[in-house]
Amino acid sequence: MLDIQNLRVTYGTGRLQVDAVKDVSFHVGTGEAFGLVGESGSGKSTVLRAICGLAPISGGRVLVDGREVPTPRDKAFYRTVQMVFQDPYASLHPRHTVDRTLSEPLAIHGEKDAETRIAQALREVGLGPSFRFRYPHQLSGGQRQRVAIARALLLRPKVLLLDEPTSALDASVQAEILNLLDELRRNLGLTYILVSHDLAVVAHLCDRLLVMRHGETVEETTAAALRTNQAASDYTRSLINASQGFSRDAARPESALTR
Amino acid sequence: MTTKPLLEVEDLRVRFHLRTGTVEAVRGVSFTLGRERLGIVGESGSGKSQTGRAILGLTPPPGEVIAKKLTFDGIDLLTASKRTLRTLRGGRISMVMQDPKYSLNPVMTIGEQIIEAYQAHTRSGRAEARDKALAMLEAVKMRDPARVFSLYPHEVSGGMGQRAMIAMMLVTDPDLLIADEPTSALDVTVSMEILRILDELVAERGMGLIFISHDLKLVSSFCDRVLVMYAGRVVEELEAKNLREAKHPYTQGLMRCLPTLANDVRPLPTLSRDPAWAQ
Repeated sequence: MLDIQNLRVTYGTGRLQVDAVKDVSFHVGTGEAFGLVGESGSGKSTVLRAICGLAPISGGRVLVDGREVPTPRDKAFYRTVQMVFQDPYASLHPRHTVDRTLSEPLAIHGEKDAETRIAQALREVGLGPSFRFRYPHQLSGGQRQRVAIARALLLRPKVLLLDEPTSALDASVQAEILNLLDELRRNLGLTYILVSHDLAVVAHLCDRLLVMRHGETVEETTAAALRTNQAASDYTRSLINASQGFSRDAARPESALTR
Repeated sequence: MTTKPLLEVEDLRVRFHLRTGTVEAVRGVSFTLGRERLGIVGESGSGKSQTGRAILGLTPPPGEVIAKKLTFDGIDLLTASKRTLRTLRGGRISMVMQDPKYSLNPVMTIGEQIIEAYQAHTRSGRAEARDKALAMLEAVKMRDPARVFSLYPHEVSGGMGQRAMIAMMLVTDPDLLIADEPTSALDVTVSMEILRILDELVAERGMGLIFISHDLKLVSSFCDRVLVMYAGRVVEELEAKNLREAKHPYTQGLMRCLPTLANDVRPLPTLSRDPAWAQ
């Protein structure tokens, strides 16, 4: 479904040149969920942004359905690939109602039948028709993220790019959104690329994942390997340890040095 | 060890009188704190941050703080003069905020800010304050304290900024440190490093610590005792190591709804909120 070959993203030139993504390759099959994990500045979000045309591709190729994507991306691309952003407080227009937010993609792509499709999209993400004419400030964080997901699903895309979809949400709301994403993938046969810094979230939603650091690939591994602690690289193991919570035992060797 | 608790809070209430009515953010919170690590956990809007702010007298203007008892080391914080509060704040009680990007002064070097904090609470010369600031930067494991001393906040990373803030807050040797989500703006590996430093300093100096966070797992692995807050109330208080035996359905729900690497539950159990929890 999606093939990323030797992707490079570079910002600036000369002395100010920053290589945000260096030579990253991966393949995502139809109906698969693929995770990108790393710390801030690892280039994981930049990969997503490069795929959907929000970051410049300086080298390598991005293939969707076996065809290289055109720059700028055409309408057909956005019918296949849609993105959900991290912060639902920032990604919805504060002065547009849910209805207006949702009718925009339909208008751009000249779709008819907006009325029923909006109602259906809201139903799919578990929001009733009563939410249709509300403004974002009248919604909670979890409800906003549901609207953002509904907007992405309106054009019936095959691929959903999810950029930290739950990191701005409370733990209990995160569980609801993760369940929703899981269910939608099963029902609609979607392909996901999920970016997150939370290993547990990625392992929950994805089968395969790529660990990134400083714009480079550290390793490609599977959720099953993470669960059984069989990561090949030290870096991935340190991420796993950090995600298990604070431990005083792990603190000992380092503090012994400084004393 | 003194037998008298460092901080006593009884029936603390924080109210905001707004045009649309009165909102009670904290509704009758009571706890005592010795020289230990206390965690306060809750989701957004549970009143955990307002509890921390009320102790320091930092409740923003339309807010009102009422309590049967709010004492720090025998000093009544509710009736204390502004002058007394000023000497306590930053001197004997200090607070580490969430995001170093917003809570450090952008137009002052890190060193100057630490010196300012030190000189506000001690009679000391410039040279002494400078030595103290450098020693503090070293205590938070800055690789090159002299260099960091002369940097501006925008020139350092988030983790370094947060360490600088901890240095600034601990330079006056406080008895109580309130840390409000000190690591939520940071990466996991960086936040572990910050917690390790915080843990060491708190243990070394025998301070009391209030650690406010939304992350139940993190708090329980870091603190001795945990208060779980929901809708402005403490719904459960328990020893961190007994977290697994939590009785309240809210605490249990919070624990269960997190995806874990260890076991794959699908769909994740979600939290059904019982209005009775908020009473």
